Amino acid sequence: MCAAAFCTHRLTLVTGHYGTGKTEFAVNLALALAAEGQAVTLADLDIVNPYFRSRERRPELQQAGVRLISSSQACSDADVPALPAELLGVFQDRSRRGVLDIGGDPVGARVLARFRPQLLNEDYQLLYVLNANRPEVRTMESAISYLRGIETVTGLTCSGIVNNTHLCGETTAADVRKGAALAEAVSAATGIGIVCHTARQDLAPLLSDLPETVFPIQIYMKKPWE
Amino acid sequence: MGKELWKGNEAIAEAAIRAGCDCFFGYPITPQSEVPEYMSVHLPQHGGVFVQSESEIAAINMVYGAGGAGMRAMTSSSSPGISLKQEGITYLAGAEVPAVIVNCMRGGPGLGTIQPSQADYYQATRGGGNGDYRTVVLAPSNVQETVDFVQEAFDIADQYRNPVMVVCDGLIGQMMEPIEWRPVPKRDLPPKTWAANGTKNHTGRNIINSLFIAPEDCDDHNVHLAKKYAEIERSEVRWEERDCDDADIVITAYGTPARIALTALEALRAEGIKVGLFRPITLWPFPEKALHDLAGQSHVKAFLDVELSSTGQMLDDVRLAVEGRKPISYLGHAGGAMPTVEEMAACAREALKEAQ
Repeated sequence: MCAAAFCTHRLTLVTGHYGTGKTEFAVNLALALAAEGQAVTLADLDIVNPYFRSRERRPELQQAGVRLISSSQACSDADVPALPAELLGVFQDRSRRGVLDIGGDPVGARVLARFRPQLLNEDYQLLYVLNANRPEVRTMESAISYLRGIETVTGLTCSGIVNNTHLCGETTAADVRKGAALAEAVSAATGIGIVCHTARQDLAPLLSDLPETVFPIQIYMKKPWE
Repeated sequence: MGKELWKGNEAIAEAAIRAGCDCFFGYPITPQSEVPEYMSVHLPQHGGVFVQSESEIAAINMVYGAGGAGMRAMTSSSSPGISLKQEGITYLAGAEVPAVIVNCMRGGPGLGTIQPSQADYYQATRGGGNGDYRTVVLAPSNVQETVDFVQEAFDIADQYRNPVMVVCDGLIGQMMEPIEWRPVPKRDLPPKTWAANGTKNHTGRNIINSLFIAPEDCDDHNVHLAKKYAEIERSEVRWEERDCDDADIVITAYGTPARIALTALEALRAEGIKVGLFRPITLWPFPEKALHDLAGQSHVKAFLDVELSSTGQMLDDVRLAVEGRKPISYLGHAGGAMPTVEEMAACAREALKEAQ
């Protein structure tokens, strides 16, 4: 598996309904790209949720050579939706790959709207993360409704679906397959391709028959007792 | 139906809807804003009423009005907002109006921080408002318990005509966990013949009031309330013991620290240290007798109380139950800092060493 093979654009915008696992996917993607020798910046642009943020993984990211930019860095535990000026570097510095971890739902994706002019000049992909175990996006109709909502507020077009279906520590291969079926239905109805299915490293070998890439992930966003 | 992945706060709201919540009144505050947000979308779809009030004080008084009219009414907030609601809660208790209040606790005092805390224990269990009153306080330690307890809270409130609080720290409100929707134990609930909802089905007037001008009347009312609280203490106390049967050292903790304690417990047991966990599930009524009995066991050498509080608050109840028979150590953090598994294990080792 090569992350650069399914993540073919310079900038990757990670969006989706909240709680689908966008941050876990974004952290894993940034680390995988860095491990493949790419210069990577991870931007934590969640202006909705002050808990379970990619900036909490700063030491691991820094050690792996991933540059981390986070909202309201001076006051990292406040729920102030302020974005650092440094962020513009992600759009301007074409020598680096960028993974942008966006807040949940259309309300969280709104942060991207102000960068639309810059984004349209760049090589980017907007990914929509799906989790079939999340009650509000478990049907094709509701999943598409959130997807269209995100496209509407950002003024950008989604070009890839990530099946990140999990149930925290209780995830089985069957959960990933359930999500694959939902992703296929959403893909068939919208014409948007499936970029990859994520699976914890121990589950990935059980899913090699899936037609799309299976991206093996490590769990970085842990709870204090894990 | 398989398990679903829910965020604590949205699960609180969905649980209330499933329990037949008729009205929700609230005001946004981090880290509980997903509760009113979810309610605003979903409660009206189920025929209920959602009002974003102009303040927390307005919200709790709307609960007082709706609850007094026999509706299943609820509000939620986080610590500073719950402080604002205290006057309303003592009125609810005084007028014996059932209501459900969720506190998704954050750091204090004052505005504090938006990170998780348990520093509202005194406020919840001692009554943050004036007068002699008690609110039932349920303290879940995972999202599954949270949805179970929120549903039960409405029944407990109706059974005793008393406000019921569900307190969780901000982490439980914000985290994602798998849950399943399961039925809560069925209670035989009395009809709300007292509700001030017009005279359609009865003659005479129902009045919701907490004012008793004559001292004898107020005294009688307080005696009546005290009897009710004694009955709740007998019938509703809940706790969980893990590996306490042979424990040399017992950790007392609730909510998120109890989850961390379970991991510390595994690590310490693997080292051969006999450690147990005593987890109060109802903070009021506190499981005083159970803890008192455990402290009397000869194998128990010491206790370690762990809370998200700098000074320790539940610690007082632990001391009252242990009655000085065994030493009690304390580990606490405030303002959103979490005790780590290693830190808790180190404190337990140290406490045991000192006791021996």
